[in-house]
Amino acid sequence: MRNAFIEELCALAGAHDHIALIVGDLGYGVIEPFADAFPDRFINAGIAEQNMAGLAAGMASEGYHVFTYSIANFPTFRCAEQIRNDVGYHGLPVTTVAVGGGLAYGALGYSHHAVQDYALMRCMPGMTIAAPGDAWEVRACMRWLIANPGPSYLRIGKAGEPVYHDALPDVAPGRWVPVRKGEHWDGRALIATGAALGAALDRAEGAPVYSMPLWGMASKAAQPEMVAQHARVETLEDHLIDGGFGAWMMEAMIGHGDLAGRIAPVALDPRVCGMVASQAVLNRAGGLVR
Amino acid sequence: MTMPVPVRKDPAGCPLKARAQRIRRLALEMVTRARASHIGSALSIADIVAALYGEVMRVDPAEPAWDARDRLLLSKGHACVILYAALADAGFFPLNRLESYAQDGSDLMSHISHKVPGVEFSTGSLGHGLPFGTGKALAAKKQGRDWRTFVILGDGEMAEGSNWEAMLFAAHHRLDTLVGIIDYNKLQSLTTVEQTLRIEPLAEKIAAFGWAVREVDGHDVRAIADALSGAPWEPGKPSMLIAYTIKGKGVSFMENQVAWHYRNPDAAQLAQAIAEIGDA
Repeated sequence: MRNAFIEELCALAGAHDHIALIVGDLGYGVIEPFADAFPDRFINAGIAEQNMAGLAAGMASEGYHVFTYSIANFPTFRCAEQIRNDVGYHGLPVTTVAVGGGLAYGALGYSHHAVQDYALMRCMPGMTIAAPGDAWEVRACMRWLIANPGPSYLRIGKAGEPVYHDALPDVAPGRWVPVRKGEHWDGRALIATGAALGAALDRAEGAPVYSMPLWGMASKAAQPEMVAQHARVETLEDHLIDGGFGAWMMEAMIGHGDLAGRIAPVALDPRVCGMVASQAVLNRAGGLVR
Repeated sequence: MTMPVPVRKDPAGCPLKARAQRIRRLALEMVTRARASHIGSALSIADIVAALYGEVMRVDPAEPAWDARDRLLLSKGHACVILYAALADAGFFPLNRLESYAQDGSDLMSHISHKVPGVEFSTGSLGHGLPFGTGKALAAKKQGRDWRTFVILGDGEMAEGSNWEAMLFAAHHRLDTLVGIIDYNKLQSLTTVEQTLRIEPLAEKIAAFGWAVREVDGHDVRAIADALSGAPWEPGKPSMLIAYTIKGKGVSFMENQVAWHYRNPDAAQLAQAIAEIGDA
């Protein structure tokens, strides 16, 4: 996903001269193509995330679409108030990019586990979360974010993840993007966000699988109609259940009778917090992967 | 490039001083009407704001979003009444709109709001203005623009680490269109800056971060205007003006009193305050 991200960013920056990339002294081996191709629009803000987010907002207020890039919680929790006030409240086109979403940096420990990031970002009005499930979704999300500028959060994994689509999917906030058709119809469906897409496919047992790579506070309204078409909807995410994607989906059912009862969230058990292991082992320990 | 035309003619004598008196009176009336806090912080920067709008900044009240304008960020957003007053006084919006300050449904909230004509950026949480201004100055440099970004900071606010992150960045990137102004009234929320977190030697610290630093009597409008008009003072360096001020300046019973960070005047106190500020 990291490689798709930087390739797509370079392609977009070639077409749009208002795209800039600010990194928080991270991205070795990833961001060089952008830095080499667009040196005037590449900035290393150093290890100073509050300033990174604030100055990104300042640049965005003068016409740039700024991508800030760092690992896991550094570009989000460390500068949460700058994202809330400077970016979000002012409605500025800043895309906060976190690499190592979920437990991608499993062995690096709790500081590097991004399992509460949806909770933080989705409580901000106007914030669009982009959590692609594969490299194609990364590209589709980025094109959507540039075409629809505003505060956004792009959560990607590391490198070498499986690819599930064979072409650019049609994405929009709140849209259920088909990934695999059901082999039979018993009313059960699975919908994943982010890197949990693979876990959804593994658990499908013939049920249809969807991805939701773009979502946020504003796209809740479209969900009851989708859930109403199913008897059971399993949501999957590599995030804690608290404040996560499944909780978001259940909140979207408020005021819609018993639809919330059809949702079965699958998320990480907080026992993974503090554990040290590979992503695969932690996702199993957390209950996401059987 | 068109230059701004002053909407309101300053009276004879010292125009900047008269402007400062007018906006002090407006600010006092606003906080009294709204029973709002922070009048001491507002009076502290009245002369700075008067100098900026009366002489220093390139702005056009008829076109608040004019792209060649100088930008002002009030990082100590709780002092907003003085900026609202200055904007109305300069003609950015009608003076009677000030009467809605802090009322139900008003855009004039009690921390500076970007929904008000002429206001660039909403603050209220401290330590946000300088990083945001650094981004504006970086954008200006990359776009080859000559407009300047002014950021008014509180002295207590200088304890925020984000300011020092921004100072490192601005110096490293030689952002010399960025101009900070520290309202150094030596009082913060509970007591003195000295007793809270000592920031001295402040000028030396900021200079060590790579900024050009000057110090000024923060109530000498002529000295403030001259210093700010001349910025950048050193090519390639951002500028920081340390303005030595008095919290509550202009109203005897408010000066140097922490309580007036919070209190609002009653009718008698307002009358006395207005009388003390006087006319130009």
